[in-house]
Amino acid sequence: MISSGYFLKGFKSVRSADSPAIALGCSFLAIGALLKNIGFNFQQSFFSTFFTYALPGQLVMAESFLIGASLINIFVGVWLVNARLFPMAISMFPLLKNKNQPKWKYYLSCHFLAVSSWLIMKKDYRTIHEDYRIDFWMGIGTATWSIAIFSTVLGFVVSDYLSKDMMIGLAIVNPVYFFCMLLGSMKNIVIGTSVILGTILGPVFYLVSPEWCILYGGVTAGVIAFLVGEFND
Amino acid sequence: MTDLSSNIILVIAVTSIATYLSRSLGVLFSERIDENSKIFRLFDCIAYSTLAALISKVVVFPAGDLGEANNLVRFIVVFVCVGVFFIAKRNLVYPTVLSAILLTVLIKFV
Repeated sequence: MISSGYFLKGFKSVRSADSPAIALGCSFLAIGALLKNIGFNFQQSFFSTFFTYALPGQLVMAESFLIGASLINIFVGVWLVNARLFPMAISMFPLLKNKNQPKWKYYLSCHFLAVSSWLIMKKDYRTIHEDYRIDFWMGIGTATWSIAIFSTVLGFVVSDYLSKDMMIGLAIVNPVYFFCMLLGSMKNIVIGTSVILGTILGPVFYLVSPEWCILYGGVTAGVIAFLVGEFND
Repeated sequence: MTDLSSNIILVIAVTSIATYLSRSLGVLFSERIDENSKIFRLFDCIAYSTLAALISKVVVFPAGDLGEANNLVRFIVVFVCVGVFFIAKRNLVYPTVLSAILLTVLIKFV
């Protein structure tokens, strides 16, 4: 079924020096506190991260819920902000493909797809034998997902002790961590161009379309970077 | 069960489905994509640039608590932390911890 050795190896990868555990923990701690403040109970906060596990989407959900948005509006808002998961999945799952592995592993473990787990997998997949990459991935995903759930619960419990300044301080951890991690992954001109152009075009497109800016900026920057790569080959 | 509780359960369900949709469609499409193909390289570029766009949007036009820190403070924190990241030989722990402390301190003074 699942190779426990590779699963555990993936699970333990969050203990490394460049682990996303701190950033992930801080972000979901803040989400747990936010959910309590908008009226979610303990179980609802737990299941929000358990079933969704996507920080920007959960933020959109919380904000939409606060203003009384309809379910369709929430669905579209969350889908738009989480649409990044589609290209992330396409750029990772082909690396995990193996005809001896059952499909359920791929469709179950795609729930673990998040920036943190994706960046770890993209960094480490070459060191893992092709037959067991999916098991390694399930280990990484289970670890990051567990951290997120635990932190949400912790945030819910300690929310009364978190001051406004502390909440603001926690909110910057995630973008700083992932921005540094993205800068660290710029190992060739194509990825470098993708990251630099994406960083510039995301806010630029916000001025044109706040709802679609991430998709417009990401796709435009990605296509240009791809063409730069093709031109250089 | 109160109306609010059932509403929250529906909201969680809708959010989960909207999120799983992108993930599972990505897996479905990736079944036919070879890791050495051009389409794979294109989606790799789009994935990296979309993440970069999302992160910079969060810093420049934040929603939620981060929006209460002014632009200058947020930019100073990000630039200082990126500098620390490179000075510390790409260690991620120092900039991550520093970012929260620095922002919490700076919003009191700026």
